[in-house]
Amino acid sequence: MEHEAMKAKIDEIIARHSESKPIVAILQDIQEEYRYLPKEALLYLADAIDVSIAKIYSVATFYENFSLEPKGKYVIKICDGTACHVRKSIPILNALRNKLGLSDSKKTTDDQLFTVETVSCLGACGLAPVMTVNDKVYPAMTPESATALLDELK
Amino acid sequence: MNTIKQRTMTVNGMPVLIEGEKNLLELIRKAGFDMPTLCYHSKLSTYGACRMCVVEDKKGEIMASCSTPPRAGMEIKTNTPRLREYRKMILELMLADHNRDCITCEKRNNCQLKELAERFGIDDVRFETYSLDGTKDHSSPAIIRHPDKCILCGDCVRVCDEIQRVGAIDFVHRGSRMEVMPAFNMPLAETKCVNCGQCAAVCPTGAITIKSNIAELWEMLADDNTIVQAQIAPAVRVALGDEFNFEKGENVMGKMVAALRMLGFDDVYDTSTAADLTVIEESKEFIERYSSGENLPLFTSCCPAWFRYAENYHPELMDNISSCKSPMEMFGAVLKEKAKKDAEETKSKKKTKVVAIMPCTAKKSEVLQERYHYEGEPAVDLSITTQELATMIRETGLNFADLQPEPIDMPFGIASGAGVIFGVTGGVTEAVIRHVVGPEDRNTLAEIAFTGVRGLEGVKEVKLPFGADKEISIAIVSGLRNAEELIQAIKKGEAHYDFVEVMACKGGCIAGAGQPFVEDRARAERSEGMYEADRMSNVRTSKSNPITDALYRTMLSGHNAHRLLHYK
Ligand code: SF4
Ligand code: SF4
Ligand code: FES
Repeated sequence: MEHEAMKAKIDEIIARHSESKPIVAILQDIQEEYRYLPKEALLYLADAIDVSIAKIYSVATFYENFSLEPKGKYVIKICDGTACHVRKSIPILNALRNKLGLSDSKKTTDDQLFTVETVSCLGACGLAPVMTVNDKVYPAMTPESATALLDELK
Repeated sequence: MNTIKQRTMTVNGMPVLIEGEKNLLELIRKAGFDMPTLCYHSKLSTYGACRMCVVEDKKGEIMASCSTPPRAGMEIKTNTPRLREYRKMILELMLADHNRDCITCEKRNNCQLKELAERFGIDDVRFETYSLDGTKDHSSPAIIRHPDKCILCGDCVRVCDEIQRVGAIDFVHRGSRMEVMPAFNMPLAETKCVNCGQCAAVCPTGAITIKSNIAELWEMLADDNTIVQAQIAPAVRVALGDEFNFEKGENVMGKMVAALRMLGFDDVYDTSTAADLTVIEESKEFIERYSSGENLPLFTSCCPAWFRYAENYHPELMDNISSCKSPMEMFGAVLKEKAKKDAEETKSKKKTKVVAIMPCTAKKSEVLQERYHYEGEPAVDLSITTQELATMIRETGLNFADLQPEPIDMPFGIASGAGVIFGVTGGVTEAVIRHVVGPEDRNTLAEIAFTGVRGLEGVKEVKLPFGADKEISIAIVSGLRNAEELIQAIKKGEAHYDFVEVMACKGGCIAGAGQPFVEDRARAERSEGMYEADRMSNVRTSKSNPITDALYRTMLSGHNAHRLLHYK
C-alpha cells in the first residue's frame, strides 16, 4: 500500500518535469518529498523513465547533497567553516551528539526525529557559530542554547 | 578540392595524409605508431580519461590524441621526454591504487596495464595505496568483479550501456572514492546483467573477468565412472587458433577434436549437428506462424543473452520468441536421451556428462536454467569458453600445432554447412531460409548468400519472395541496443518483420566474450572462416543431413521432437 502511494508520488513528480526527464531535478524533488532518496523510489523511477538504475544511482552518489539514508524530521546542520570553527562550533556539535546519542557514523536518531551533520560554510560568517534546522538559521549558538533548542523542537 | 598540403599534418616529423580519421589517435596508428591507450575503443564513445594517449604539439601543448581531431598543418610528437615522464607518472598513480597480485591474476597474460607498465619501464611505485579492500563479486554465473583491479577507464560502463543497453554497472561516488559497480553495490547476479561478458572483453585489467569452470571439468574428466561428451559450438573452430599463433580465422576443428580426446573426453561432437535440428524446428514453427499470422515476428531464441534481455525488459514479447531450445540445449537433451537408452541396454552404471565448448559466457547461465533441464537435471552440465579450452590445452602441455586433425564421433558425425554458419550474425537466418526456400540448388543458395544476410553490420534487412505472391520480411540484428531500437520501431508501427534474428554480441558468436579478444579486422576473418567451412561442406542444408534424418525417424519421432527440442 505504502509502495503504491510512493509510485503515485513518483509519477506525479515525473509529470512535473519536461519530456527530457532531467534526472538531477527529479531526484531533488524526490528528496524534498522524502527527505532522502529511498531505494524503492529510485528503482521505480528507473523503470518509469527508462534509465538504468545504475545510472540513477551514479547521479545520486555523485552529488553530496543527495542522501541515500533516511533523515530525521529535523535536519540540523552545524557550520564548521573557518569562522564558525574558531568560534567553537565543534563543542556545539558534540553537545548535540551527546544528548541524542549520535556520532560521526550514526547521524540520525532511531526515532527518525533528528539528523545532525556538519556543513562546510553556510555563508553567514557574521553570525558565527551558526546552525540550521530544516533551513531555518539559528545564529550565535552555544552548546547550551543548542541543546535547549532540541527540547523545544521535541 | 584541397591540395595535398591542405590535408597533411606531421607525426614525429613524418608527413601523414588526413583521410577522415575522427581523431589524432587513429591517424597516428595509421602512420605506424602503436599508441598506448587504456580507455579507447573505436566502437564506443570517447571518454578521454586515462591520458595515456597524450601527444605534444610544436608549441609544447599536451593533448589527448583520442579526443583531438586532426587538423591540416598540425605537427605532433608522440614520444618526447615530457610525454614519457607524463605517462610514467600516470601509470604509477594507477598502479598505486591497484591490487598488484599479477601472478595469480586471471588476466596475467593479457593485461593492458601490466603490458604498459612493462613497456614504460615502471620499476617502482612511490605512492601509497589507499582504497583496496579485497572485495570480489562472485555472484554471477558468468562474470567476476574484482574492483581492487579497476582503473576507472569506464570501458565496461560504456559497452554495457552503449552496445547492450543494459547499464548493469556505472560509476558511483566521485573523486578518490569513485568506483564502478552495480546500483546500491548489489551483487551483479541481482541486476539486469545478461551475462554477455562484453564488459570483461573490453576491461583492460583483471577487474572484470569470466568465471572459469576448468577445475570442475578436470574433476569430471578424471572420474572413471563418468562418460564425458563434448560438443563444440560453430564459432569456436575459427577462433581457438588465435591462442596458438594460427592465421586469424583459420578453421582448427580437426586439431581441436584431437586435443579434446587427449584431454580425456570420451566422445566429441559438433554443436552444428544440433543446429540442423534447430533449423528444422524453427522453420516449422515459422511456417506455422507465418500461415496463421500469429505471434509475428518470430524472434530467434538461441542467444541466451538476448533471451535474458527479453525476459528482463520485454516480457510481453515472450510469445514471439521461438520455443526452440538453443542448439547447445537441443544437443544436450538428445545426448542425455541417448545415454539413458544406452545405459538401459548395456546395464552400465556410468553417468554421462555433457560439456559444451562455447564462444559465449552467457551459456554458463543458460545451462543452469531449469526450463532446459532433461529429466530434472541439466542437459548440458558445463559450458566452458574457447579461452578456457586454450588454457586446458596449454596446461596439459599439448603442442596444439602438431596435432593430427581428427573427425568428430559417430553417430553424430555430420553437420551441414547451414549448421556451421550459426556462429556468425545472419547465419541462423540464412540456414532457416535455405530450409524454408528449399531446393538444394546452387543458384538459389548463391542468391540467398547475396541478398544481404551476410556481413557484420549491426542491423540488416532482407526481403524474400515466398510462394507465388508473398514476401517474407526479415531483420537481423546484433548488439542489444540495436535490438531494442528495432523493437521500438516495430511497436511504433514504423517497421514490420516476420522473422527477427537477434544476437547480443556484435557480429554474432564469432565475437563472443568467451573468444580470444578480437578487434574488428579479425571478426571479418572469423566470419570468412565460417563461410569457408560452409562452402567446403558436402551437406549444405539441414534437411539433407542424414543424421538429422535418422534422428527424426527414431529418437525424435512423433511428439518426442517437441519434448526434447523445445523449452515450452
Ligand atoms: S555481462 Fe554484459 S550485461 Fe552484464 S555487466 Fe557485462 S556488459 Fe553488462
Ligand atoms: S572494471 Fe575494467 S573496464 Fe571497467 S572501469 Fe574498471 S578497469 Fe575499466
Ligand atoms: S585513450 Fe585517450 S585518454 Fe584514454
